[in-house]
Amino acid sequence: MTNWRRFWLCLVLALPMLAEMTLMLWHVMLPFSREYSLIATTLIMLIAAKPYIVSAWAAFKRHLANMNTLVAVGTSITYLYSVFAYFTGRAVYFESAAFVLIFVLLGDAMEEKMHANAEAALSKLLDLQAKEAEVKRNGEFIKIPLAEVVPGDMIKVRPGEKVPVDGKVLEGQSTINEAMVTGESMPVKKQPGDSVIGATVNGAGMLLMEAEKVGKDTMLSQIMDVVKKAQNSRAPIQKLTDQISNYFVPIVLILSIATFTVWYLISSDPVQAMLFAVSVVVIACPCALGLATPTALLVGSSRSARLGVLIKDGEVLEKAAKVDALVFDKTGTLTEGHPQVVNQVGDSDALLLAASLEASSEHPLASAIVDQAQKAKLSLLPVANFAAVEGQGVKGLIDGQEVRVGKDEFAGNRIFAKQGEALAKEAKTVVYVQKAGETIGLLALQDPPKAEAKSVIQQLKERKIKTVMLTGDNSAVANAIGQALGLDQVIAGVLPQEKAEVIEELKKTGTVAFAGDGINDAPALATADIGIAMGTGTDVAKEAGGIVLVKNDLKGVLRALDVAKKTFQRIKLNLFWALIYNLIGIPIAAGVLVGVGISLSPELAGLAMALSSVSVVTSSLMLNWVKIAGQAS
Amino acid sequence: MLMKILVVAIALALTALTCWWFFGNFDKKQAHAEIINGQQEGRVVVKGGYEPEVLYLKQGVPAEITFDMEDQTACLSRVVFPDLGVDQDLTLAKESKIVIPTDKKGEIDYACGMNMFHGKVIVQ
Repeated sequence: MTNWRRFWLCLVLALPMLAEMTLMLWHVMLPFSREYSLIATTLIMLIAAKPYIVSAWAAFKRHLANMNTLVAVGTSITYLYSVFAYFTGRAVYFESAAFVLIFVLLGDAMEEKMHANAEAALSKLLDLQAKEAEVKRNGEFIKIPLAEVVPGDMIKVRPGEKVPVDGKVLEGQSTINEAMVTGESMPVKKQPGDSVIGATVNGAGMLLMEAEKVGKDTMLSQIMDVVKKAQNSRAPIQKLTDQISNYFVPIVLILSIATFTVWYLISSDPVQAMLFAVSVVVIACPCALGLATPTALLVGSSRSARLGVLIKDGEVLEKAAKVDALVFDKTGTLTEGHPQVVNQVGDSDALLLAASLEASSEHPLASAIVDQAQKAKLSLLPVANFAAVEGQGVKGLIDGQEVRVGKDEFAGNRIFAKQGEALAKEAKTVVYVQKAGETIGLLALQDPPKAEAKSVIQQLKERKIKTVMLTGDNSAVANAIGQALGLDQVIAGVLPQEKAEVIEELKKTGTVAFAGDGINDAPALATADIGIAMGTGTDVAKEAGGIVLVKNDLKGVLRALDVAKKTFQRIKLNLFWALIYNLIGIPIAAGVLVGVGISLSPELAGLAMALSSVSVVTSSLMLNWVKIAGQAS
Repeated sequence: MLMKILVVAIALALTALTCWWFFGNFDKKQAHAEIINGQQEGRVVVKGGYEPEVLYLKQGVPAEITFDMEDQTACLSRVVFPDLGVDQDLTLAKESKIVIPTDKKGEIDYACGMNMFHGKVIVQ
């Protein structure tokens, strides 16, 4: 029988007793009420108390005691005394035993239900998957169940359909809504060569894709695994409850014995003393303490997963809640990771001419110039007699005129020199464009900071977190970016293998988080108190670092810190509430406040106990609605 | 008066008994998993705790533990292995099987959902 069924059955059995208690207020007595409560409570004891008593006895034999012990002891004493009282013509307290059990059952049933709700958030992720895929087999596209898709399959994704597995676009163009996996709310453009993630939703275009990862290897499955592990992991703060839980129940039993003794000595009324002692046993709630951390972790980690932030375990979460300094890798983390044309000075033809020449060059900066021309939708011109001049630039004939693109001394002149120098001071690479012996303009290139970088740094500062940039680049470039973004400290010229040492040094001053590329920066990620791997691929589980951002977006860093902080605050709040509840509830139940007219009957104590564990779970569920950076709720 | 003295005496005795029974040093039940056809089969009965509390497994032999659910209370309804990322609802079936990795030596702790009852698997 489920706890819900037990609860309803017992409630129905107890209703006449409830009516009796209410009518007593008007001094109305129901006939045979003593007989009914004996029979009904005996049935309730068999239905509801038996499992607790059986479990408590089995635990007792093993020198253990828990919640079940308290319920079993409290209700058995009340019931057995009432049976004795019934046959000796004394006042009976059957309703106390009955209602304590009903409330305990209600608490258990509600808590189970809410636990299931919190877990459901995770399984919702799995529901996102497509059920079947349209795969090319023997030259024809046929629909097959998702489980039969293998890597290498060619899959057709129609407009509005879900991408079935992880893979690469072969043909077609479309936008894809990746919000469910990356937390990014804007649809992402996809064209041949781009990777797509299973369970994301295709927009208006038709796509032909190649399956690369299926089943357990897909990003979604990996996310599920990481989140599940995190939810069941333990946070260091739980050591506190571990220690308390070992002593809690035996101490409550001792307090109850003491309560009985003291009340008996004061009042000489064993029945009154027994009711106080039973209230103490019943109100104590070790459950609330035990539930405080796991339920918050459960809700916090699935909330963050939906935001594209994977926190690997409770320990990481607890540390991330107290970060003092955040160290960023530069290239690819704070910046886009590849140079772009950021300034253009002079004749507007300069870009077209430069791009036409550079299209034949293999220099890393060349592709940035060509990309820029393509973005501006310029059609490149034919070039004759192309030549690369080592260390200087490139030259060639366009429309019969010599065009040079390169350094100051190769293609520059005095008119643009001043502007060029100013741009160079900002750590940009300046390229001059010369046509028929005359300099017509210049282009400045830089690996630009990400669009969101400045506001993220600003918000970190508002959170009183020190921001540091760690890079292998030279200090001129590093400082220029550092200044533009407003970083607190720039550490430049650091070799990859030295990064971990620098982090070690920084750790002496506080808790250090490092955000960087999951593969190249693995040692630094592992050394930092909290490693934040910026998403680079679909292998989220393999990424080093305790936190993985599914999307390479700096706002994820803020979200990660926010989720960690809010979850940890919630854990502390839950623990505080659970402790305070017991610390206040037990003395009241023991009758300490009888002098001022406050006392609790066993059934009210039972209700309080049930509500306390339900309130802790509710508090954890509230994490689903707290404000996280860049996300209203 | 005599009655009051008697009550105090009984209360003190009960307190002492409670302390001894719950805080005293008692041995935990231990057992070794059986190896059948190259597969280790452990069995843990869930009833007011875990029986045995400590289960020994042999390193390198694939292992599975069967949790036999004999408890009807919410307390023991789930078993959680924090290190393995396992949180199993034991109320779904009378017996639930959990695969334990035995590639490394060491202790794997588990507990009920509220972390009140503890059990341990030792791979050696």
